[in-house]
Amino acid sequence: MKADPVGVLTGTHFLDGDQACCEGALAAGCRFSAGYPITPSTEIVERFAYRVPLVGGMFIQMEDELASSIAIAGAVWAGARAFTVTSGPGFSLMMEHIGYAAMTETPLVIVDVQRGGPSTGLPTLPGQADMMQARWGSHGDYEIIALCPTSPQECFDLMIAAFNLSEQYRTPVLFMMDECVGHMTEKVVIPPADQIEIVPRRFTTAPPGSYKPFLPDPDGVPPIARAGDGHRFHITGLTHDEQGYPAMNVNAQQQLIHRLIGKIRDNAGKIARNEEHFLDDADVVVVAYGITARVALRAVQMAREQGVKAGLLRPVVVWPFPLARIRELAARPSLAGFVVPEMNCGQMVLEVERAVAGRAPVALLSHAGGTVHRPEDILAAILDSAAAGSARRSTGQVRPAPLAEVSR
Amino acid sequence: MSQEHTSDVPPCDLEPASDAPRPKKVRGTVYITPNRCKGCGFCIAFCPPRVLEFSDEFNAQGYHPPRFTNPDGCTGCDLCGLYCPDFAIFGVILKYAPPAGRSAPAAESGERGAL
Amino acid sequence: MSAFVNLDPAVNPVEQFLRSDRMPHIWCPGCGIGTTVNCFARALLQAKTDLNKVAVVSGIGCTGRVAGYVQFDSFHTTHGRAIPFATGLKLANPDLTVVVYSGDGDLIAIGGNHFIHAARRNVDLKIICLNNFTYGMTGGQVAPTTPVGAFATTTPYGCFEQPFNLPYLAESSGAVYVARWTSFHVRQLIHAMGEALRKKGFSFIEILSPCPTLYERRNRLGDGLDMMKYFKESSVVRHGASTREVGLTFQGPIVLGKFVDTDRPDFLTSMNQQLGRTLEAQYDGCGGDHVRS
Repeated sequence: MKADPVGVLTGTHFLDGDQACCEGALAAGCRFSAGYPITPSTEIVERFAYRVPLVGGMFIQMEDELASSIAIAGAVWAGARAFTVTSGPGFSLMMEHIGYAAMTETPLVIVDVQRGGPSTGLPTLPGQADMMQARWGSHGDYEIIALCPTSPQECFDLMIAAFNLSEQYRTPVLFMMDECVGHMTEKVVIPPADQIEIVPRRFTTAPPGSYKPFLPDPDGVPPIARAGDGHRFHITGLTHDEQGYPAMNVNAQQQLIHRLIGKIRDNAGKIARNEEHFLDDADVVVVAYGITARVALRAVQMAREQGVKAGLLRPVVVWPFPLARIRELAARPSLAGFVVPEMNCGQMVLEVERAVAGRAPVALLSHAGGTVHRPEDILAAILDSAAAGSARRSTGQVRPAPLAEVSR
Repeated sequence: MSQEHTSDVPPCDLEPASDAPRPKKVRGTVYITPNRCKGCGFCIAFCPPRVLEFSDEFNAQGYHPPRFTNPDGCTGCDLCGLYCPDFAIFGVILKYAPPAGRSAPAAESGERGAL
Repeated sequence: MSAFVNLDPAVNPVEQFLRSDRMPHIWCPGCGIGTTVNCFARALLQAKTDLNKVAVVSGIGCTGRVAGYVQFDSFHTTHGRAIPFATGLKLANPDLTVVVYSGDGDLIAIGGNHFIHAARRNVDLKIICLNNFTYGMTGGQVAPTTPVGAFATTTPYGCFEQPFNLPYLAESSGAVYVARWTSFHVRQLIHAMGEALRKKGFSFIEILSPCPTLYERRNRLGDGLDMMKYFKESSVVRHGASTREVGLTFQGPIVLGKFVDTDRPDFLTSMNQQLGRTLEAQYDGCGGDHVRS
């Protein structure tokens, strides 16, 4: 269905990433948010608090992030689209409720505008050190979808994609911004509402009394209901059966967890979204995301100017991570290696290494956070990788055989 | 989880009018779902006419469900039902069926249980 | 032959409120939670509430299991967070009657912050707080309501922390309806629940209740019936009593009653008034279909 025009600020704007994120939520039909102030995310909800009453929605500042992250779940079960925003310390507090949303299959969006960490860290400076936490932060087994914008324009566009993915897979979706993208101001073009595609919420068509909140459709995703429509359903975070009743036994656990994980893992190919530059003939593949990808692109261009065939793979959907694409690239006989710059001490590089499975060198260019990489530093890493690759070829050194493949 | 009816008045059976004078007391009976009972004793302790006691039978969980000591004393007040934490018992007031030719007294209008 | 006959027999008036396929429930013999659920069902019957619009939200704990046993749109949420979940539910659909049914540990310890803020905001929620002076589900640990001197597994030498006086806490946080009853005082409890259901604003009912398996056993207080006897014999009803003075001590006197019943605009009313005043014609109200997708 098309976006509701009342929430779409059509036009060409000069916005920062936080502001564009807010506009993306409104364009996606989100009319409820509960949040708590934390730098550098606060501007998103400040703008939302200002904008949303004019389009019939509401914002409530809750007493902490624990309350914010569960209040939005409550609003979703009353029928609303809802999101909240935070940064590192608040993200840590929201972990239990990310797990609750995954377990109860509650569609919602949580924005983490990453800053330097750990702990209070660097509140006003960028980081990318919550990436693994986004995947594994809550306890137990679950899969998560996470998107990573690289510009204010993407903060707008991808928020709509985030809401759409959450409705399509009846799952929480994480939006991993960083302080640099959040606070940089750029041109943001917001199209007319009829050019914005929204995935409608898949409400049940079962008659009241027969709805089962966790009985999946053939695609593995159960239709949802909302309180007040007479379905009298029950939702729990305990391991449950299709009716939502607690079923704390091994069989129920196996069935439920495998379905929840499969819902996303089996659809990883459809969910995946990457942006690629100069990859067709690349000998050195840079894998970067968020703000780092913009610097990496500059470094790739500089390398090309020097005659080194570098390319950039930018995962836009970072979870599930594009393992398949990395494996394809790793299989290239001419490949010298991967370079992974990230504003952390090595997080997504672990996924790259896992996908590469030893077939090619993977060089991490880590940065503890606080500022973005310099293009020269990434360029140097690219050149090193290229040089090492040439050296191996000239000595006839064979590319190492792949280590045991991880099965997924 | 079958329910037991614990009174000698058979259900849904309209008795022929009796010649006995109209009784002054309200009469009731209780229904028990034995396998829900956990033998807590609330119904027995809080029954105002004290007409319940533990039976000798065991339910599936090994508890003794209640039974009447004196079914005629039950007033159908449903305090047992109100207190029962296990939803295992509830009381109903029995309706008075007037003898032919006499109208039913207004006082006893057969409402289900006392709220 | 008896002149008394039965009407169409045999359905417990409470049965329509229960998920019968889940009976018998897990609560212990002599636990008071089920009794309060009986009262809740009867209060709903009397209030003639639209049952399709009732939503029950629970946290974690024995009382938290209420959500799973009642035949409403019901939500078993995370520990301590029933109230903020209920807040989101209510604000996104103000037509719902949202009842939070949970225990003292869940609502007041881990949930304490949410409790005081929702009371401050006067969100239109009905809080049924079952106080059994302990953390039952996990085996009887000390709770913020455990009286001084009582034993609990994590205070094996006796509790020495002053407990919360819940009606005082609720009133001082801004609740507009505050009452305390016990599992013994069933008729008054039905009446209080009915009042809370009809009240617009943050309504709080504390229900003292037996936990025979843990609180009572560890403190040698007998079984459920013994605790009910204590409630009956040691309580006095003082409507309108000052909540400062209704704190509890170990097996001491209990003050029951309706302590607070005032009026002030609830959260949504205040919000709509304020935004209407500031934005005038630009503001069209909130909630309902605007918010729901």
